[in-house]
Amino acid sequence: MHEKTPLIRLSKREDMPKRRIWLIRLGAFVVALLLGMIVFWIAGANPLEAYESIVVAALGKKTGIRQVVRNAVPLLGTALALAPCFKMRYWNIGAEGQITMGAVAAAFFAINCKTMPSLPLLLLMGLGSIVFGALWSLIPAFFKSRWGTNETLFTLMMNYIAIGIAAWLIGGPWEGKKGSQIIPVFRDEAVLPKVFGVHIGWIIVLVITVLMFIYMRYTKHGYEIAVLGESENTARYAGMSVGKIIMRTAALSGGICGLVGFMIASGAHGTLYANVAGGAGFTAITVCWLAQLNPFAMIVISLLLAVLTRGSSTLQTSMGIPASITDIITGIILLCMLGCEFFINYKMHFRKSSGKEAA
Amino acid sequence: MESVHAVEFKGVTKRFGHNTANDHIDLYVDKGVIMALLGENGSGKTTLMNMLAGIYAPDEGQIFVDGREVSITSPKVAFDHHIGMIHQHFRLVDVFTAAENIVLGLEEKGRLDLKAASKRIKEISAKYGFDIDPDKKVYEMSVSEKQTVEIIKVLYRGADILILDEPTAVLTPQEIEKLFKVMKAMRADGKVIIIITHKLNEVMEVSDVVAVLRKGHHIKTVRTAQTTPAELTELMVGRKVALNIDRKEPVDPKPRLTIAELTVRDGDGIKKLDNVGFIAFGGEILGIAGIAGSGQKELLEAIAGLREIESGTIVYTPEGRHPEQLVGKSPMAIKEAGVAMAFVPEDRLGMGLVGGMGMTGNMMLRSWTAGKGIFVDRKAPEKLAADVLADLEVVTPGVDYPVRKLSGGNVQKVLVGREIASAPSVLMTAYAVRGLDINTSYTIYNLLCQQKEKGVAVIFVGEDLDVLLELCDRILVLCGGQVSGIVDARTTTKEEVGLLMTSVGGKEAN
Amino acid sequence: MMGTIDFIVALISAAVLNGAPLMFGTSGEILTQKSGNMNLGVEGLMFMGGAFGLLGAFAYGNAAGDSASGVVAVLISLLCSFAAGVAGALIFSFLTITLRANQNVTGLALTIFGTGAGQFVGELMRIRVGGNVAISNELKLAFSGSPFPAALQNIPVVGPLLFSYNVFVYLGVIMIIVMHRFLNKTRKGLYLRAVGESPATADAAGINVTRYRYIATVLGGGISAIGGMVYTMTIAGTVWNHTGLSGEGWVAVALVIFCLWKPINSLWGSVLFGALLILYIRLPIPFLPTQIYKVVPYIFTALVLIMVSIRQRREDQPPAALGTAYFREDR
Repeated sequence: MHEKTPLIRLSKREDMPKRRIWLIRLGAFVVALLLGMIVFWIAGANPLEAYESIVVAALGKKTGIRQVVRNAVPLLGTALALAPCFKMRYWNIGAEGQITMGAVAAAFFAINCKTMPSLPLLLLMGLGSIVFGALWSLIPAFFKSRWGTNETLFTLMMNYIAIGIAAWLIGGPWEGKKGSQIIPVFRDEAVLPKVFGVHIGWIIVLVITVLMFIYMRYTKHGYEIAVLGESENTARYAGMSVGKIIMRTAALSGGICGLVGFMIASGAHGTLYANVAGGAGFTAITVCWLAQLNPFAMIVISLLLAVLTRGSSTLQTSMGIPASITDIITGIILLCMLGCEFFINYKMHFRKSSGKEAA
Repeated sequence: MESVHAVEFKGVTKRFGHNTANDHIDLYVDKGVIMALLGENGSGKTTLMNMLAGIYAPDEGQIFVDGREVSITSPKVAFDHHIGMIHQHFRLVDVFTAAENIVLGLEEKGRLDLKAASKRIKEISAKYGFDIDPDKKVYEMSVSEKQTVEIIKVLYRGADILILDEPTAVLTPQEIEKLFKVMKAMRADGKVIIIITHKLNEVMEVSDVVAVLRKGHHIKTVRTAQTTPAELTELMVGRKVALNIDRKEPVDPKPRLTIAELTVRDGDGIKKLDNVGFIAFGGEILGIAGIAGSGQKELLEAIAGLREIESGTIVYTPEGRHPEQLVGKSPMAIKEAGVAMAFVPEDRLGMGLVGGMGMTGNMMLRSWTAGKGIFVDRKAPEKLAADVLADLEVVTPGVDYPVRKLSGGNVQKVLVGREIASAPSVLMTAYAVRGLDINTSYTIYNLLCQQKEKGVAVIFVGEDLDVLLELCDRILVLCGGQVSGIVDARTTTKEEVGLLMTSVGGKEAN
Repeated sequence: MMGTIDFIVALISAAVLNGAPLMFGTSGEILTQKSGNMNLGVEGLMFMGGAFGLLGAFAYGNAAGDSASGVVAVLISLLCSFAAGVAGALIFSFLTITLRANQNVTGLALTIFGTGAGQFVGELMRIRVGGNVAISNELKLAFSGSPFPAALQNIPVVGPLLFSYNVFVYLGVIMIIVMHRFLNKTRKGLYLRAVGESPATADAAGINVTRYRYIATVLGGGISAIGGMVYTMTIAGTVWNHTGLSGEGWVAVALVIFCLWKPINSLWGSVLFGALLILYIRLPIPFLPTQIYKVVPYIFTALVLIMVSIRQRREDQPPAALGTAYFREDR
């Protein structure tokens, strides 16, 4: 008795109709919600009430909606920043650090330009954050293009180094009151203005969404990135300069992350914290991936996660459920959505139904 | 007992999609015999052997080993039947030693004893005359050593039936000689050896019987002692096919590309091109013949600026302008220097095209820098895609349908169509008709002839000698990275080219 | 003179103590990565391990009351954290091996899920019990005390250096040595490395790639999770302390690289990183701010990464197939 033909054989498929793809994804989402119900049940809460409470808390009131938007801005901004990198198959998981460095740059100008009027100051902060984020991202990109240094691991390390630097600045040179370990709140001129009750960052990311869509789809750079992502040999064949493209794209990505850092520090917090990114850099990776790198889909997914975060943050007070249930539910949703892609990309052949062999 | 064959195929058929790779093959081999499986590229040799090695399962027919019908569902099952195949692409773990690679996957009981394994490896080596250090890491090995590890791996598992897939393609003549000695030692030990090849001289030297395949059919099995290279050639290629390619005399050929003393090494430091020199003229088709891996790929890539060049010159002489040195220029710099070079690489989807993009996106690969500003111009490539689609009758659901999903012939049409559309003055093609049906092949031949008549210098790397002889004006033969000879395609013979392919300078012609 | 020796001894002891969670976190991830799977969910796994380990000991302590045995508590804690890690790694394996989801993204999602789950359990215990989760002092001692008799521990210098640690340090050392032997001296270890280097080669040689990857990843996840438990039950003093635990998993990932994917290196690597985690308190360096001091492990790791890529020594490279799914028909 030797190896049997496997019960299920797989082959790749690339021809599923759009409608079915979205049905599968919706199904995965529903499955995730059902699994989430188990968690609520363990926590001793009525799952349906819990879900209702999440939705009401997030979308029932203006303050809730504003918080949702505030939460979604960094997720969306960062996911957009990562899209060109991922398209290029460059695994930038250093967004967390790039956001932090952007925020550091913004704080630098906010603290040091003591008399500058608001508009130039904000522009300077924004520009500085872009440059800092880009430079921070360029370091691993340089080593990647020059020596092929593994960018996944390198960018990961850069996150913690950046956070360390921010922590040092906050507790050291930039510290407000001695021993407070925090820096003073930015003066009003250095705080992003609000539109409809939320800092203007939400408009900025929506603009970036459109720009990124255009950049990826219609520009020469976007074309280079797409070709390089498919095959480095083809890119070289077409006369593209591979190292340059990697560094440029990483810098762009880091720059946008830096800008996100500026928006969080100046818009949401009004000061610099060491964990200014607060995990957005990691969560955005999953947002970007689940959106299949499509900027508009990223809006939907980041809003969804933001609703969840905002809604469940109230569960602790309203139902006595630990706030960390947010992360569990988010995790379950992400894992389910990741898993469901399999059913979109692969076809299963059961042993009896078909005996055909693929080449 | 004599009637029981070591291996026998009965009516074995294997299809890939609409392509029948093996069509009702009946074939047998006996113990203590070296059988050569002879045939041109694409004749179905490797597919047939892959079924014996458990890589593919046959669609129809039966396989017998020692007279018993077997179902070989995996390489492991093949080993259980004492069958081992040495593939062209070695399956070795680079950071492991020879011994570690050899014991990999064995289902032996007890603890891992590499010392004992080394001892057995040395015994096997001594028995058949291998030269191998069991503790050497694979990444430190030459190609020939790696092949030795693969062969020992198979023997270590107790294989009595060894299949070698084009084992000599990557070896030097001295290494080939050594390999043949080993094969004969194994034969003396009663093993069955099947060697897949398309080189006649090797067949004559080492085999006892020759089975000839052509286009998926088993044509005939003959005793080597009772045949001649001429007969084998005829069996292999069939009667000389009249191709009816409309070949015009070159009109006013002028030197376009002058290559001298060109030497190129690959990433491992192995010399792939050795002091190569020739001139390609505008208005003629220069064929390049040679056994697979003789430096064809490296030559074209070096000219296209995709390979680091150790020494030598590549000078481009445009019509009425100053010559341009191409060595040291990137593909972009070559383009910017005004050299209209078109290149159809061997690896279509891995180098010439972007599989995930549609025809339009792929047309852009040559024009993406066009125009000022940050946006790519989609209009021109869209039109070009539509033109190529119409002119070459590409079968696709639309110009935005990913080319990866198109059939091989259509993929090639997209690539060739784009390259010709760039109005080149040098057109290089590598195996332009590989895997294409007759009609598509003719489409491509005609396109190349048209280009030649327009005054383009066409360089055609091919594998089918009939085509080379009928399509080209001159043929340059590469052998082991050297120019073995340059012959006039109108006067030369298949035999002459074949001789040049297997030994440098076999005979000077022209 | 005596003072210096005492100081060094104390420093080394503290380094070992702080390195113990990393021993598990890192060696578990090394086992995982050797199979070609890059599980970036270590942080989540260690959170889960920490919370469930605590939960196990706590539940046992409550149930057994005064008759609770320290050994049993340790075993239950070990088992609970290991099981939590196995469960987490099983999710990861199913998604990346069977469903072929992207490993980086899945790992990060697992981190989100795992930190949430750990945090959830920790908080839930607090909410249910009201106030801090308390474990009797005897049980605590079983976790943090040395298994050796006082006579051995009291030998000057040698005692504190060799015999004063909690049981997990010794367990960790044994486990690392076993893993080293397994990977380098056994048949299965060789096959596992082959799977991580070249799954196609392993597959052709008849090795079941899927099975090896599953087993290595799941076991590795369980081992990593034990590291979280060790942190909670020893360093954090059997109290749920998520701020202390947070980041531990990422240090473990960094250490995997620093150790060049060799478990034996994690013996001293863990102690070194353990030292770096606390050195800023014990050995402040003038001009070097503590916050920067704390990220030295990451800077070291980044430098190692760069050096390895420039030197290109084959033995130091990550497993060649790291991060890629294997699909037989791709070949």
